[in-house]
Amino acid sequence: MLSNAKLNEKIAFGLLRLAMGMVVAFVLVILYYIVSNGYSAISLDFIFSMPRNRMTEGGIYPAIVGTMYLIIGSMAVALPLGILSAIYLTEYAQPGRTTWTIEMAINNLAGTPSVVFGLFGLAMFVKYLGFGASILSASLTLALLILPVIIRASQEALLTVPKEYREASLALGVTKWETIRRIVLPAAIPGMVTGAILSIGRVAGETAPILLTGAAYFLPRLPDSVYSQFMALPYHLYVLATSGTNIAQTRPIQYGTALILLIIVLFVNIIAVSIRSHYRKKINR
Amino acid sequence: MPGTYDNGTEIEVTDLNLWYGDNHALHDISIDIPKNSVTALIGPSGCGKSTFLRCLNRMNDLVKSCRIEGKVLIDNQDIYSKDVDVVDLRKRVGMVFQKPNPFPMSIHDNIAYGPRIHGMGKKNINGIVEEALKSGALWGEVSDRLGSSALDLSGGQQQRLCIARTLAVRPEVILFDEPCSALDPISTGKIEELILELKKKYTIVIVTHNMQQAARISDYTGFFLTGDLVEFDRTEQIFESPGEKATEDYITGRFG
Repeated sequence: MLSNAKLNEKIAFGLLRLAMGMVVAFVLVILYYIVSNGYSAISLDFIFSMPRNRMTEGGIYPAIVGTMYLIIGSMAVALPLGILSAIYLTEYAQPGRTTWTIEMAINNLAGTPSVVFGLFGLAMFVKYLGFGASILSASLTLALLILPVIIRASQEALLTVPKEYREASLALGVTKWETIRRIVLPAAIPGMVTGAILSIGRVAGETAPILLTGAAYFLPRLPDSVYSQFMALPYHLYVLATSGTNIAQTRPIQYGTALILLIIVLFVNIIAVSIRSHYRKKINR
Repeated sequence: MPGTYDNGTEIEVTDLNLWYGDNHALHDISIDIPKNSVTALIGPSGCGKSTFLRCLNRMNDLVKSCRIEGKVLIDNQDIYSKDVDVVDLRKRVGMVFQKPNPFPMSIHDNIAYGPRIHGMGKKNINGIVEEALKSGALWGEVSDRLGSSALDLSGGQQQRLCIARTLAVRPEVILFDEPCSALDPISTGKIEELILELKKKYTIVIVTHNMQQAARISDYTGFFLTGDLVEFDRTEQIFESPGEKATEDYITGRFG
């Protein structure tokens, strides 16, 4: 006979395992579905050529390039801005009404639907600042979208740096800023990179904001400046699946596009994870 | 009060009061701390001895609700006056903490961190590191692995590294906040030996829970209780014939 406590433990473990199993199962089913349907479409030609014949044939090269530009552009803006804001909020801001208001604004921003960011980007960057429908407008819009995530992750990373490090540095007569720059930031980088990883997936996958700020329905050439319109993988996928000229015929291209999108996110994440583990090693060794 | 000192006075505290918010944590503390000697501060937990220690390098500035009144002169300069540069003060008054807190860097970089930032010895940083590690009684144990992580050292070695790191910025005063409370007896012995060596060149103030430690290494001892400095005198005096009943009760182990 099992005692009550042991039985309860078994039940609890069972439930936890079940929940975990369901999550893994969903991911595997989705992956299987996309890979099995998409891998036949993928070839060098598919990756490196332009769409042809009203997007029913050819490749998705401009959409891949467009998505990469968006990742680079939005990260270049959001990472420094987010990390600096996080430093200000955690290390310098005095707790009080103003700081509380800023924190609340960031929380609300994190919960704002992405289409609202798209509309804002359209009004602000495309129209008011006159950047037009472009890589620049879309990158800035996406940067705003991921800013709350990056600020939150960076703040948490800063807060986990032990107080002892700060005290040790300050007690040596080192200024607060030098302490942050040389001791706190290096120790916080792994956590900040985690925030960046989460954001990369978001940037690569968002459709609504770029639809309103610069993604083109069809553009069989590469963007030549930050003011150019561009194609991007998620919007291309949406177009092929809903308003293409021949939806059934382009099914393999759709799965292929989804697969490429997943591979890009995976690839960028691997880079980010290796940066993170590099810094972790530096800290723990 | 023990009167004037042979080596002169390093720190002169007059009517120091400290509040954390509404909590009046230190009451009218006045104490003269002698140069080139070891002054121990003892007392039960929460008596204010660490809080007092942190007034001497203004580490309490980091606590937002903290308010301080009174005068603290170090080398005849009021460290709470407006024209004092706190950063410069902390360079002159070093601190070693309760828990060894080396930075997550190599042994060499831990020592070089302070001098580099202060622009000391640009050409001869290796010389500064060697000198500091020798003064910290650690050189012999680590000279062949300066590039390896400080976190791989034992607790006692880490604490001596922290002492060496403090010495590297050339302070006048070193504050020790219960430096041995996380260490085993052998490491504690090494640190005590080191402190006795250091007092030849530095003024040392040490907060300790351990009365035997205070008796072993200090020249003067102050007894704190609930935010008051009950008694301050030569260490023999305090341990052999304390002037106050509370001091006697504490050192004979009746409470604490």
